[in-house]
Amino acid sequence: MKTVFKRTPTLKDCPTHYCPGCGHGIAHRLVAEIIDELGIRSRTIGIAPVGCAVLAYDYLDVDMIEVPHGRPPAVATGMKRTNPDKIIFSYQGDGDLAAIGTAEIIHAAHRGEQITVIFINNAVFGMTGGQMAPTTVLGQVTATTPKGRNRTGEGYPLQISELLAALPGAIYLERCSLHNPAQISKTKKAIKHAFELQIEGAEGLALVEVLSPCPTYWRMTPVKAMEWIEKEMTKVFPLGRLKDVAGE
Amino acid sequence: MCGNEALAEAAIIAGLDAYFGYPITPQNEIPAYMSRRMPEEGRVFVQSESELAAINMVFGASATGKRAMTSSSSPGISLMQEGLSYLAGAELPAVVVNVMRGGPGLGNIAPSQADYFQATRGGGHGDYRTITLAPASVQEMADCMPLAFDLADQYRMTVIVLADGILGQMMEPIVLDKKKRRKLPAKDWALTGATGREQNIVRSLWLGETALENHNYKLQAKYENIQKNEVLCEQYEVDDAEIVVVAYGIAARIVRPAVNKARQAGIKAGWIRPITLWPFPTEQISRAADQMRIFLTVEMSNGQMVEDVKLAVAGKAAVLLYGRPGGGVPTVDEILERIKQLTLPAKR
Repeated sequence: MKTVFKRTPTLKDCPTHYCPGCGHGIAHRLVAEIIDELGIRSRTIGIAPVGCAVLAYDYLDVDMIEVPHGRPPAVATGMKRTNPDKIIFSYQGDGDLAAIGTAEIIHAAHRGEQITVIFINNAVFGMTGGQMAPTTVLGQVTATTPKGRNRTGEGYPLQISELLAALPGAIYLERCSLHNPAQISKTKKAIKHAFELQIEGAEGLALVEVLSPCPTYWRMTPVKAMEWIEKEMTKVFPLGRLKDVAGE
Repeated sequence: MCGNEALAEAAIIAGLDAYFGYPITPQNEIPAYMSRRMPEEGRVFVQSESELAAINMVFGASATGKRAMTSSSSPGISLMQEGLSYLAGAELPAVVVNVMRGGPGLGNIAPSQADYFQATRGGGHGDYRTITLAPASVQEMADCMPLAFDLADQYRMTVIVLADGILGQMMEPIVLDKKKRRKLPAKDWALTGATGREQNIVRSLWLGETALENHNYKLQAKYENIQKNEVLCEQYEVDDAEIVVVAYGIAARIVRPAVNKARQAGIKAGWIRPITLWPFPTEQISRAADQMRIFLTVEMSNGQMVEDVKLAVAGKAAVLLYGRPGGGVPTVDEILERIKQLTLPAKR
């Protein structure tokens, strides 16, 4: 019998703590597959965020560190500057990267740090119980926006990728989604490209924003959550390549 | 060389791989020196966007097994407390220099010793300690750096060099040389890429019943070991003294001539100078307290180390404070006057 699919070695053979329908499992698998396809496991160091993915090192079989909330781009800077031959990636949620860690991601991009950032945007704080994130869309009900997010007082959803696109030090920015197999395939290509740029020594930061479902705190079934990404989230966070200096 | 530059060059000689920092007075000579010298040596210098970022860059470099440091002054060190707590939890080596200035708040840029509590009590959240070295001269600003890096690597923890604006700015001739170094354990925990081994994980999160409690017991055992083996302290004319002045850092430099003058005036005075503020020379002070009537601590604060002196003395002798907060610097005459007041009441 022909094997048509198998678990990639860098993805550990264990159950995860993620909720049913969560996107982290898919995103982890993509990262693991890319690391194996590129043959960089032995020189890759990963950075786990504070948030639902804090235990990423339990699932990804590479050297990893867990760091203070929002600080992965600073930690990555310390690692890459002292180890230019290593491949450094951070895996961050929207609370980590778009709220408490905005200064760190903007300045890492601004300095043109040669790192790969995987930014999981699920429009909500997951681990702490579904509070509003900077990326929460208008009208979205969360634990701290019981009447739905209101632009007055709570602001508009923060478009980090568009913000970073203005910085010369950010050389590759693409927004992808996990809402169907075709988009997952596109997401994998984008993340792979972000790693390849670092391997080639491209001078700048590469970030892939991934729209990812959180059925638990969106209070939806997993299927409805996927539909909500396509219908609602992509209106605020349009998919596509925002910037690719190498390809332009 | 000024104290800040001496410290910077000594760090480079001690094998510093990477310096990360954010400008703040009165330690700006350190990043300026590093920005020139580190690239000359083919090593890393990064001016960070904040002290928060600087300590996290140290965190990252240290996790890969490199020798990394940052320097700042009081308000900047407050911002680093999150990182210091994570470094303690993750058991990563780091050297952090605090060239103290007056506080609280933005305070001023005058020399101060008001961050003693912050340095010796951990400073951030959780049960942890940081080894704290207190140099008292430009020579010692240099000498303490190889020791700081060795201690950090040996015990996998943060070492704080607690200086002040005077020590940072003043100039004295010094001798820089490669001192004998400690034999250090291999950094087999470092994140170097999982080549021919299982993955390494650096973490401060310990979920599961008793996991964090056990991690804390492990840290505590390490701290007790340090308390036993790493105390450094200097003393002078303590044996027959009726009054012992306790001071560290630049305050100890000012105390010396005051004690000498007191001796000349017929007062049996001596001094004890803690060089490690944590671990504190509790035993040395306790021993002295068996014979002494009076301890006077002199600090450039409203009295912080005095609490450790009281704990060491444990009620066996009187412990008094002469403190100058907010950037105030005590003079030799002020200290001498205080010694006289305490020892010669009848003659006044």
